[in-house]
Amino acid sequence: MSAITRDEVAHLARLSRLALNEDELDQLAAQLDDIISAVAKVQEVAKGDIPPTSHALPLTNVYRTDESRPGLPPEQALAGAPSVEDQRFRVPRILGEEE
Amino acid sequence: MTSTDLIRMSAAELGAAIGSGETSSVEATEAYLDRIADVDGDVHAFLHVDRETALEQARAVDARRAAGEETGPLAGVPIAHKDVFTTTDMPTTAASKILEGWRPPYDATVTSRLRDAGLVILGKTNMDEFAMGSSTENSAYGVSRNPWDLSRVPGGSSGGSSAAVAAFEAPLATGTDTGGSIRQPAAVCGLVGAKPTYGGSSRYGMIAFASSLDTPGPLARTVLDAALLHEAVSGHDPKDSTSIDAPVPPVVEAARRADVEGLRIGVVKEFGGEGYQAGVLQRFQEAVELLESLGAKVVEVSCPAFDAALDAFYLIAPSECSSNLARFDAMRYGLRVGDDGTRSAEEVMALTRAEGFGPEVKRRIMLGTYALSSGYYDAYYGSAQQVRTLIKRDFDAAFDNVDVLVSPTAPTTAFPIGERVGDPMAMYRADLCTVPANLAGNAALSVPCGLAPEDGLPVGLQVMAPALADDRTYRVGAALEAALGNKDNGALLNKNAFAV
Repeated sequence: MSAITRDEVAHLARLSRLALNEDELDQLAAQLDDIISAVAKVQEVAKGDIPPTSHALPLTNVYRTDESRPGLPPEQALAGAPSVEDQRFRVPRILGEEE
Repeated sequence: MTSTDLIRMSAAELGAAIGSGETSSVEATEAYLDRIADVDGDVHAFLHVDRETALEQARAVDARRAAGEETGPLAGVPIAHKDVFTTTDMPTTAASKILEGWRPPYDATVTSRLRDAGLVILGKTNMDEFAMGSSTENSAYGVSRNPWDLSRVPGGSSGGSSAAVAAFEAPLATGTDTGGSIRQPAAVCGLVGAKPTYGGSSRYGMIAFASSLDTPGPLARTVLDAALLHEAVSGHDPKDSTSIDAPVPPVVEAARRADVEGLRIGVVKEFGGEGYQAGVLQRFQEAVELLESLGAKVVEVSCPAFDAALDAFYLIAPSECSSNLARFDAMRYGLRVGDDGTRSAEEVMALTRAEGFGPEVKRRIMLGTYALSSGYYDAYYGSAQQVRTLIKRDFDAAFDNVDVLVSPTAPTTAFPIGERVGDPMAMYRADLCTVPANLAGNAALSVPCGLAPEDGLPVGLQVMAPALADDRTYRVGAALEAALGNKDNGALLNKNAFAV
């Protein structure tokens, strides 16, 4: 596998919603490349027709009974919010100017 | 009873003394709070200690007892609680700046069960940020120090918990184990630490790192203490959809039984040799011989896929973390940076996450995003999941022939603070022997097996058992502990610099 480029790292940072600075991008390009090269051994071991395991337990669709119960009161739900207005979470602009 | 007497006792002894009225929970809690005030400036095990809240809990337990109420074996016993579990009456930060000062609106199930058992929460312990690390050096609030040697790490990620118990700042502590984060800190601090079967202890209210691997469990000075705490916090929880609806394995009975007569023990061939400290291998080998002399049948077992376990782990865990940590979006709780009215939500999110997360957390989010991105998914995440299947198969084949598997818990003793900070792969290798049990969801436990001759630091032996056979790990741990003379609350621990 080819080395991880700095552009690729910048793209990953955008996908990860991390506003990384130039130094961090440089450092991560080198480190991610080191780590990925080291762990790439999984590809040699995982040859052939082996089913994947995503989870240790064979559980699927665990349901609880559908009973109504009280939720968090607004003041508790909003207690940790960075910004609150009229009993709601106040957030920065979500849509772009042109939308 | 002097405060020194109180903090020397095992949790089981202290619980019994409180139960019989020989001492009170308030006395014990005060003794530990004073101890924390004396030594935590050096050890830095705690992120938050709340004297008044702790004493209030202690008074409540004493009142219940005075009223003739039946209380459990750990009622009134103080405990240090890892800061990854939500607590309504104390801040919960996961040692991250992004959650600085956050007060959760609900208790984790583990927290509720501590309260139900009458355990007194002294405070919240330091850890690697979001439980990512093997040394607590990734904490946003400074490193914890190993009581055996303050220039060395106490392991991680539950390193504040291990440091607290080893320095006699608490008789018990909670931890969480995603790739070894209970067992490795226990090993390098000379403690007992258990990773229960995945799904055996609830993840509800435990801040998620890698959900298919995360497991809460106990750290303690003795095997019996670990078993008592294991029993108190485990068992089915309807609030966690991956919680197993089965009785808690009989770990306390197994810890008391402490015999390995006729037990078939497999030594994992893949864990040893190059990269392992000589003194670690020596103490491990001696411990295996000791178990054999106690009547166990010892054979060597090969688990070839274990050689790729660390690689699979460092693809799977970052992948899951990159998804889990998406919840820190600066909108509903936690830090928000740069919201000056000109920036979009997405820009604020990216600025907040860049400032709120430390370097290791960013590295793992990026690594996971890479491993899951289109074009690389099959090669990395997909292959790692196949290796996970092979590891499960190796365990299954091994357990056809043996009852438990053993290995060193970590390749080395506690390493110096700063030694591995600039080299992520060197840090990751601390988890070499512990990750297979997480990937397969098995039960595992680390128990002290002596001090390495070259540096005088503790060595841990790991016992692994099939899922829901946690009791076997306690049987082996307790037998070894007794044979080594460590049963009497830390004959070994009393060699450390913070012994009382």
